[in-house]
Amino acid sequence: MAQKNSKFSPTFDRILQNKWIGRNLLVGIPYFWIIVFFLIPFAIVLQISFSEVVEGMPPYKPLLEWVTDKFLHVHLNLHNYIMLFTDDIYGFAFWQSIKLASICTSFCLLIGYPMAYYMARSSERMQPLLLLLVMLPFWSSFLLRVYAWMGILGNGGIINTILLSWGIIDQPVSLLYNDFAVALGMIYCYLPFMILPLYATLVKLDMSLLEAASDLGCQPFKVFLSITLPLSKTGVISGCILVFIPSMGEFVIPELLGGSESFMLGKLIWTEFFNNRDWPVASAVAIVMIILMIVPLIFVQRFHTQEKS
Amino acid sequence: MRKNTLKLATLILGYAFLYIPIFTLIVFSFNSSKQVVVWAGFSLKWYGELFENTELLNAAWISLRIAFMCATFSVILGTLSALILVKFKRFRGKNLFQTLIMAPLVMPEIITGLAFLLLFVNMERLIGWPASGGITALTIAHTTLAMAYVTSIVYSQLVNFDDILIEAAMDLGASPLKSFFAITLPIITPSLVAGWLLSFVLSLDDVVISSFVAGPQSTTLPMVVYSSVKYGLTPQINALATIIISFIALCIIIAAILHARHQKMVNQN
Repeated sequence: MAQKNSKFSPTFDRILQNKWIGRNLLVGIPYFWIIVFFLIPFAIVLQISFSEVVEGMPPYKPLLEWVTDKFLHVHLNLHNYIMLFTDDIYGFAFWQSIKLASICTSFCLLIGYPMAYYMARSSERMQPLLLLLVMLPFWSSFLLRVYAWMGILGNGGIINTILLSWGIIDQPVSLLYNDFAVALGMIYCYLPFMILPLYATLVKLDMSLLEAASDLGCQPFKVFLSITLPLSKTGVISGCILVFIPSMGEFVIPELLGGSESFMLGKLIWTEFFNNRDWPVASAVAIVMIILMIVPLIFVQRFHTQEKS
Repeated sequence: MRKNTLKLATLILGYAFLYIPIFTLIVFSFNSSKQVVVWAGFSLKWYGELFENTELLNAAWISLRIAFMCATFSVILGTLSALILVKFKRFRGKNLFQTLIMAPLVMPEIITGLAFLLLFVNMERLIGWPASGGITALTIAHTTLAMAYVTSIVYSQLVNFDDILIEAAMDLGASPLKSFFAITLPIITPSLVAGWLLSFVLSLDDVVISSFVAGPQSTTLPMVVYSSVKYGLTPQINALATIIISFIALCIIIAAILHARHQKMVNQN
């Protein structure tokens, strides 16, 4: 009966009705994309991090090489990784990045938590507007927001002009091209990434719990420490991760606001890759960075599964 | 009383920190002096010069085309990924898929950029496509990043809505495809719009990944801006910033109004 009414050939109809094929096709398209354009690139980075630099294009030796028809020669070269742990410049860059990312994360939490807390405590009519006002800088150009700080902090910049004209200082204070400027720029750019997840958890907080606690005579600060803070833990953790990881690899902010001494990992990868044309070492730095990032992520994953069970 | 003062002070200081830099950018774009932060009178001359800067205009055109394609592809791929993650309770390699699809959200751009360049160099050698440094390569790179954002936006809207409508439609004889277009799609439309806009902005704003992937024939707008601000302040960039920020603000306000209306309609029904 069904076959009689069908406009298409029976085989085609069967294919259309076949759930298995449709399902696999749906899964297959994005799966294929993400494997080819995300997983394979990282496999290539891993592979190049074990190879040797040579002159030419591409500037590295392939890992696998057919010496004659029968022998597959594997050049596995650990030299790049050994260099990372012996040459001081790499250790310095890792230390700088971790230090600045930690400063940035702590200040974002210190500024972002009270803001998110009071946003969530505002009237329901105000909340969408307050949220929109946090989203707006998050959506507008990152590069231009960094550029704005160059005009504020520079020697002829707004702060120095004001301080000079008021007679507070006689000479411009150098605020730009140092670690202070880098930290400030990173805090400014990553603050919305901290506020948004914090707000999302704080707004769902059950107010009756807090009221119950204060009715029972609990001090406001104690209510905060024993109820609000523990219940917003997931927001704190995801905010910190969203700030810490990208700020560790930040490239644009130290380049525009930092001095020659702020040598972070992003800059290191850039210089090794473009200036020194040492693709293998650049790849090795990237691999070590990924490993450093995965450790806290696994820790968080564990924490989440524990919470659930 | 004291509590309210504290609340107001915190919010005012916080928003001042977020907005003062943007505000200074806009104010000094109308400054007639070449020294960006010394006020010398109102002028629109930097806007005029901006529209005569062909290098910048060419780059803007390239960026807009890439952003448009990137936004469209990432909405399609991101929505598909979110649907799969929500609807298909289990399939082979679901965990791997979930990890990979969200990974670009936390990966520092410098690493993603490096990985993309190495991929495109190898792909061009092996299969000759896409031409490395070309617009296609840039679009692919931006799409992979932006689809992660679309997936997470659509995902969070899909998990919050009840399957009961779909089940009802299917019971009444609607095919899966029909129930998707009649029910699921209208419900997730606001997040598709938000996802499209966010992808567009992300692509239009990206410097690091583009610097790795782009070649001399596909220099994007942020790359031109970056190389000109690296050597100090230029009033033209302030003018450009004012245009971009007002445009984005307008888009977001329209989106917010549409969203509020949609919400009202859903609540009334």
